[in-house]
Amino acid sequence: MTVPSAWYLILAAVLFTIGATGLLVRRNVLVMFMCIELMLNAVNLTFVTFARLLNDIGGQSDVFFVLVVAAAEVVVGLAIIVAMFRRRAAATADDIHTLRG
Amino acid sequence: MNATYAIVAFPLAGSILLLFGGRLIRQPFSGWLATFAAFASFGASVYVWASMLGRPASDRHADLGLFRWMPVADLHVNFGLYADQLSILWCLFSTGVGALITLYSIGYMKGDPGFSRFFFYLNLFLFSMVVLVLADNFLFTFLGWEGVGYCSYGLIGFWFDRDSAAVAAKKAFVTNRIGDFGFMIALFFMFEHFRSFNFSAVLFPLTAHHAVLAGTTATAIFLLLFLGAVGKSAQIPLYMWLPDAMEGPTPVSALIHAATMVTAGVYLVARAAPILHFSPDSQWIVASVGAGTAFLAATIACKQDDIKKVLAYSTISQIGYMMLAEGSGDYPAGIFHTVMHAFFKGLLFLAAGSVIHALHDEQDMKRMGGLFRYLRVTGVCFLFGFLALAAIPPFDGFWSKDQVLAAAWHKSPALWALGVAAAGLTAYYMSRQFMLVFTGQARWRDQAAEHGAAGHAAVGGSAAGHDALEPHEPPLTMLVPIVVLAFASLFGWLLNAPFGGLDFISRWLAPVFPATIAPAVHVATGTKWVIGAVAAGMAFLGLFFGLGAWRGGVVDRPALEPAFLEHGWYIDESIAVAVSGPLATAANAASFAVDAGWVDGLINGVARAAAQTGRQLRRLQTGYLRNYALGIGLGAAAILFYMTMRAGG
Repeated sequence: MTVPSAWYLILAAVLFTIGATGLLVRRNVLVMFMCIELMLNAVNLTFVTFARLLNDIGGQSDVFFVLVVAAAEVVVGLAIIVAMFRRRAAATADDIHTLRG
Repeated sequence: MNATYAIVAFPLAGSILLLFGGRLIRQPFSGWLATFAAFASFGASVYVWASMLGRPASDRHADLGLFRWMPVADLHVNFGLYADQLSILWCLFSTGVGALITLYSIGYMKGDPGFSRFFFYLNLFLFSMVVLVLADNFLFTFLGWEGVGYCSYGLIGFWFDRDSAAVAAKKAFVTNRIGDFGFMIALFFMFEHFRSFNFSAVLFPLTAHHAVLAGTTATAIFLLLFLGAVGKSAQIPLYMWLPDAMEGPTPVSALIHAATMVTAGVYLVARAAPILHFSPDSQWIVASVGAGTAFLAATIACKQDDIKKVLAYSTISQIGYMMLAEGSGDYPAGIFHTVMHAFFKGLLFLAAGSVIHALHDEQDMKRMGGLFRYLRVTGVCFLFGFLALAAIPPFDGFWSKDQVLAAAWHKSPALWALGVAAAGLTAYYMSRQFMLVFTGQARWRDQAAEHGAAGHAAVGGSAAGHDALEPHEPPLTMLVPIVVLAFASLFGWLLNAPFGGLDFISRWLAPVFPATIAPAVHVATGTKWVIGAVAAGMAFLGLFFGLGAWRGGVVDRPALEPAFLEHGWYIDESIAVAVSGPLATAANAASFAVDAGWVDGLINGVARAAAQTGRQLRRLQTGYLRNYALGIGLGAAAILFYMTMRAGG
């Protein structure tokens, strides 16, 4: 039996919502970072699903681009997080709000 | 005829050189440069005039286009020069007398810190005047018209660190502005009716009788033009600026009064003669304003103590005569008087400047006296100018004023009577001036002693001021123009003598004023003799009365000097009270209520609104990452929602 493609989409939506909610409610920078990754991969899942559904290779190739960009983003993001932790122990995202109006 | 360009080009080049190089050129040389430019312009005028003489009378005009100035839809305004008998005649005496005045200024302005600036203005003044006269359309004329106004402002206020000079300059400018508005509205009317400003489209069809003009249109256009002429030529009711213009250096007064500026109004009326022809009402107004001004200004001049103010009022009065002649339809007579006036009024001002120079800036005639012994050349020349202005035969003024009065008689005996009365007054106040300045006791001696005792070393410059003040003749650069103009005042009338075929000016101007627009003014020969005899009689009467009354060093004659004349019939004061009073109150009120309240309030309000908006908006920038993320998320959701709805709808 095949899994209906709607299930994949629902799974992707659930994953995306978890990621977005996590990004908004959590204070830990590392967790927020992982939430972003979760959202990215939820989107990747929809890409692949639609590629399969519509029989179009374009969706799958887009996923590669997203993966590459995500990898680059991880490098930059982790570097920033490491630098942050060096300056102050146990920093949360809300501690860094000096750029307010 | 191409030399016409040179008439305009020389003063322009001179003024540009002095504007940019005035600081580099050492003191006397900038004056010589300006003098050269002025004389070159005069030479070019003579050349053009000579080449005109070589042509038949009907062919003595040329339209020389330079370039198209304003090509807007069906409005085509050219930078173009129009040389004909009228404009060249004006160029001849404007640049000729103007050049002599520029030469004179080299001596008069010696040592002034603004030496180069002065000559820059003189050349620009001359340039504006020849542009005014040589333009081939009314808009270009207006450019010169405004240029003359600006230069007079700069020159009257030349010593702008003196409060009175700055105020006089402003007064001249503002008064002229009123006239200029009339000129501008006349231009709008003209364009509405003729769809053009060019003389060739507006005036010449009327001159040639190819077209006629409705009386109301002609009256409207002409009277508005005349308002401009009244302002520029200082006629009733816009004459108040001219006496105040005496605040400028004396050569400026000579330039404004004799060669340029005030004769511009006379030129404009003569140029617009084809329009005036179709409006008999305007002719009456011009003649009446002229006669009224001639008389009123002559009465005021009878009690002025400032040597230059007497001459200023006499200028207003004499221009009244010119307007009277033009309103009476005898344009050559008015222009003849203009030329003669340029000679003797230039002479009188330059001679007065020589007197002021000799007495170290003393202008009050009651503190002069007995100067004939010290200033013989100036005195004799002043005498010539005085007799010419007083219209004593055979000097210039008699012949030209006689023709003006004959024309006035033709128009109306009442206007003639006003003119004759003014002629008598002219002879009286000029003899009063001559007696006060050149005869009697040397009252300036006591003055100098007082000054010395009071510790004011300004007159002599030292304790030996008494000897240093001994008046002496001015340097040659000043004396030569005076002498030249004195000869012109004595023999100038031969240019248009009424006998022996000497009426050169009348014949020269005949093609400009053909019978179609200026019907001949016929006065019977016998009447002419009577008019001439009456005018001469009045002049002699005024002369002898003046000489008798001010004989023997009399300084004060209260009976002959009522206070209301000293104040010019209180006209200036009345205007000040009636206009300036309420106007100043209203302006004060406006500055506090309207300006501080509304205008400032509006501007500050806009600024405050911007600041308040920014203060509220900065609350959005919390610095918390999650707030921004929420914003991005909600924004993306909103866009998605919108796109879905559109796709769905």
